[in-house]
Amino acid sequence: MPEHQIQSPLPGTFYRKPSPDQPEYKAVGDTVDAGEVIGLIEVMKSFHEIHADAAGIISEFLIENEEPVQAGQPVAILST
Amino acid sequence: MTIRVIQQGLATTVQDLGRPGYYHLGIPLSGAMDRLALRAANLLVGNDEGAAALEAVFMGPTLEFTQDALVAVSGAEMVPKVDGDPRETWTSFAIKAGQSLSFEFLKSGARAYIAVSGGIDVPVVLGSRSTYALGALGGHEGRPLQAGDELPIGASSGEKGEGVRVAEAHRRGPGNPAELRMLPGLYWHRITEGSGYSFFDDTWKVAPEADRIGYRFRGGKKLEFVDREQPFGAGSDPSNIVDGCYPYGSIQVPGGTEPIVLHRDAVSGGGYFMLGTVISADMDLIGQLQPHTPAKFVEVTMEEALAARKDRQGLLDTIRASFG
Repeated sequence: MPEHQIQSPLPGTFYRKPSPDQPEYKAVGDTVDAGEVIGLIEVMKSFHEIHADAAGIISEFLIENEEPVQAGQPVAILST
Repeated sequence: MTIRVIQQGLATTVQDLGRPGYYHLGIPLSGAMDRLALRAANLLVGNDEGAAALEAVFMGPTLEFTQDALVAVSGAEMVPKVDGDPRETWTSFAIKAGQSLSFEFLKSGARAYIAVSGGIDVPVVLGSRSTYALGALGGHEGRPLQAGDELPIGASSGEKGEGVRVAEAHRRGPGNPAELRMLPGLYWHRITEGSGYSFFDDTWKVAPEADRIGYRFRGGKKLEFVDREQPFGAGSDPSNIVDGCYPYGSIQVPGGTEPIVLHRDAVSGGGYFMLGTVISADMDLIGQLQPHTPAKFVEVTMEEALAARKDRQGLLDTIRASFG
């Protein structure tokens, strides 16, 4: 199946949950639609949603929760 | 003649060389975090060096031009695109009425300066067009840009054309690790000799909270303080002092854990001790640091700080001369 990488638009810290006591936005194996939120980036004291820019099934997260991420770095792989 | 904001980016603000003269009243200088990059971008499009431009941090905006203009993008390596077609950074390029300017992902650095021939013609407030967002002062309505904003543009000098370029040798950005030269002083005597050593020996990392007010660093050893009875008027933590003035570039370490270097939107005073001050020549470099970038503080003398400032001035003169 063809693969698609979702890239972070920003540098910062990557979060997979909307808040610490809530479930992850998406898990490996979940289906996502284009535009759906898959995580957050924290930078300059604010949080920014990362949206899937294609539809597919999440096959892998490349960045762990609370890990640093750079702009343009792939955070997840979709099977499309 | 205006620029229409289609997407605002993360925190895109109008900045010039700032608003000196009001810091004693609590209104900071503001202006470009990387002043050399702002000056260079303006020179490339035939503006005065201190004309107002856009400062885009980490992520570029999408702008639509309602008239022809000359544009240059300097500072961070964030490739500009005209109707999707990439252009070089640090090089002037033309944009036509109806075309849009957008950006690729940030490759290096942190803040890109987008200069437009004629400058961003927002009202002058207390001598400057710079945005001080915390004080809702200056810039476009005292805040970062939002989609739907219309920015007025001044009249172009027409002195420059396409393809004017700052030579690569004249561009400046931080190394990895970034080396920030500092002059110890102010309250240096408050920490132990061992902490004075570890502060310079440790490699720190830029915290994601770092912004225009202050750049926070973490990851080094906690500083230990020389015992004392806290003076009347100082807080109870050993990192507290009786309130003092905070210079630009001063390094405060609340609780002894995370150094914060005050930058262009600094608060002007408060009750934290300061270890010293990052030299003026290296303040631009801080403005180009991304979160998680390793950084080291390097001790210099006043003579070395003055020589570095002279070097920096010389570099600016060289850039000016290269454009004739």
